[in-house]
Amino acid sequence: MEEFIQHVINGLSLGSIYGLIALGYTMVFGILQLINFAHGEIYMLGAFIGMYSTMFLGLEDKPSIMSLLSVLFISMAGCALVGFTIERLAYRPLRRSPRINLLITAVGVSLFLQFSGQILFGSDPKFFPQIYQLDIEDFTFGELVIEPLQIIVLILSIALMIILQTVIFKTRLGRAMRAVSFNHDLASLMGIPTNRIISATFMIGSALAGAAGVLVGLTYPKIEPLMGTLPGLKAFVAAVLGGIGNVTGAVLGAFTLGLAEEFLVGYWIPNYRDALAFSILILILLFKPSGLLGVNRAEKV
Amino acid sequence: MRNLFLKSAALMTLASASAFAAEPIKIGEVGSMTGSEATFGISTHQGIELAIKEVNSAGGVHGRQLQVISLDDQGKPEEAATAVTRLISQDKVIALLGEVASSRSLAMGPIAQKNKIPMVTPSSTNPKVTEIGDYVFRVCFIDPFQGQVMAQFALDNLKYKKVAILRDVKNDYSVGLANFFTERFKQGGGEIVIDQSYSAGDIDFKAQLTAIRQKKPEAIFVPGYYTEVGLIARQAKNLGIKATLMGGDGWDSPKLTEIGGGAMDNAYFSNHYSSEDTSPQVQQFIEKYKKAYGSVPDGLAAMGYDAAMVLIDAMKRSPAALKTSDIRAQLAGTKDFQGVTGKITIDDKRNAVKSAVVLKVSKGTFKYETTIKPG
Repeated sequence: MEEFIQHVINGLSLGSIYGLIALGYTMVFGILQLINFAHGEIYMLGAFIGMYSTMFLGLEDKPSIMSLLSVLFISMAGCALVGFTIERLAYRPLRRSPRINLLITAVGVSLFLQFSGQILFGSDPKFFPQIYQLDIEDFTFGELVIEPLQIIVLILSIALMIILQTVIFKTRLGRAMRAVSFNHDLASLMGIPTNRIISATFMIGSALAGAAGVLVGLTYPKIEPLMGTLPGLKAFVAAVLGGIGNVTGAVLGAFTLGLAEEFLVGYWIPNYRDALAFSILILILLFKPSGLLGVNRAEKV
Repeated sequence: MRNLFLKSAALMTLASASAFAAEPIKIGEVGSMTGSEATFGISTHQGIELAIKEVNSAGGVHGRQLQVISLDDQGKPEEAATAVTRLISQDKVIALLGEVASSRSLAMGPIAQKNKIPMVTPSSTNPKVTEIGDYVFRVCFIDPFQGQVMAQFALDNLKYKKVAILRDVKNDYSVGLANFFTERFKQGGGEIVIDQSYSAGDIDFKAQLTAIRQKKPEAIFVPGYYTEVGLIARQAKNLGIKATLMGGDGWDSPKLTEIGGGAMDNAYFSNHYSSEDTSPQVQQFIEKYKKAYGSVPDGLAAMGYDAAMVLIDAMKRSPAALKTSDIRAQLAGTKDFQGVTGKITIDDKRNAVKSAVVLKVSKGTFKYETTIKPG
């Protein structure tokens, strides 16, 4: 029983990271019908910005909640900036082009970021500074161990997701984002500055990915320039699983994927961990392409 | 007239002889200077470089200087194959040093064998590497022995009877070593309570470790590379696992304790050499290396140095024309060569028969625990 609960805890931690990244995918798709393949790399940049800012501010030897929050903030801001730049330089000029052009550009940006990362940071794995240490012991219930860090990561992720939900459903910005996602031209006719809204969407999504990068760097202290590829793809699968374009769906899909991965590896065959995500993708696209929470939107011809 | 002819003939011979003497001996090196196991490639490269500089300043081999052409394979077997092809066909090397990882040596070996270029791997321990052909040699022990070493250590020194295995399923070295350990451990009356696996590049091992924790082993044998082992140690500690961690020479890197931190303490692994060895040859080597590179050499650097020296020794014993078949023959005949990592004799399977040391990780350093002799 304890083993089961341990797996549940581990799966939820994993899922919360996927969730932060998946939100960025789903928001951008909702608003632009674009799958931003470069999103995984923004997550990677978040981890590296986190590492370098810790070093720059000299925080490696001063672990505390304040250090963590400041590094998190810097990382999120940095990634928001990167997201904004990518949208402006790579995607906006292609706004009226066929979608395939945008898709290819996204892949191009992804590769560009990966290999620039290798040149700039060096392709060997780096150790992420442990800027957070709490003197609380791990919570143990018999064999079950819950690290305080896992709880902090879970709480932070959920908090960020709730903030996002609030923004989207309870603020004017959110309403504007939803309007633009329904129809660009109509929204702009209503007086909504579509370009600005789109930039804001990118920035928010990227900030969340950046946060995920820092949290992952903290939990699994090894980071390297190619670390964003696989989690990026898995987060994309999570977003599709939940219904791409649907924010709640992304979160649901992410937790589902995290738990599924954990149970597969823990109880069955560890080797198929990565294959699971892609099998789920194929199955969902075959049987319920709109995802668990997605709604089939008919296109009027 | 005859005098002039004789003099000019003599001058021409002298000129061509000196031109010939000036041409350097080209040796190719393939290593992972970047990528997940970058420290393996960099350490080995530095060890090789040190050996080459030493020999060159003493006059070189057959009056010629040695030149090493190093290519980075980024830790990928496909790149290793490309690199070795380039070294043979474009740079026309007459011998090869590399690679550290068995997976990459297995990619390089067939190409070296086909082109009859002798290849000496400093640290690949999987037995399949030298089985590729008679032009592939190694100066280290092989995994059937290394697996035995840790199994024996667990049974006799630590008195463990229940061990779990956590192997890297994408890595030939890891899979092989895990199998050899299992064989010997079971032979000695031990029990493998669970056999889990991961893939190189994974960062989350909690699922596998939770399953291992259920079985309550006294130790976990993790024959992988230092990048993942560091994370595994951390996560095992966080999950409250008290079992001792054990591993092989893939752990040998300063980054192991950087990534693993305090969770690595009191773990044991088998290796080719210990920097605490008091023999004068080892200490001299450590001094030279520290002066050149500013750090204490790890096992990879020592093996790189020895591999280069063994190759050079074989070249010295070959006729000056340095035909690759002669170099190969002399390599095969290497007997009792005194290397930094011990006495190296190449047996008829082109492997080196050597002792292994067991090191204990303690507060960021590797402390010598014991030596286990072959046979």
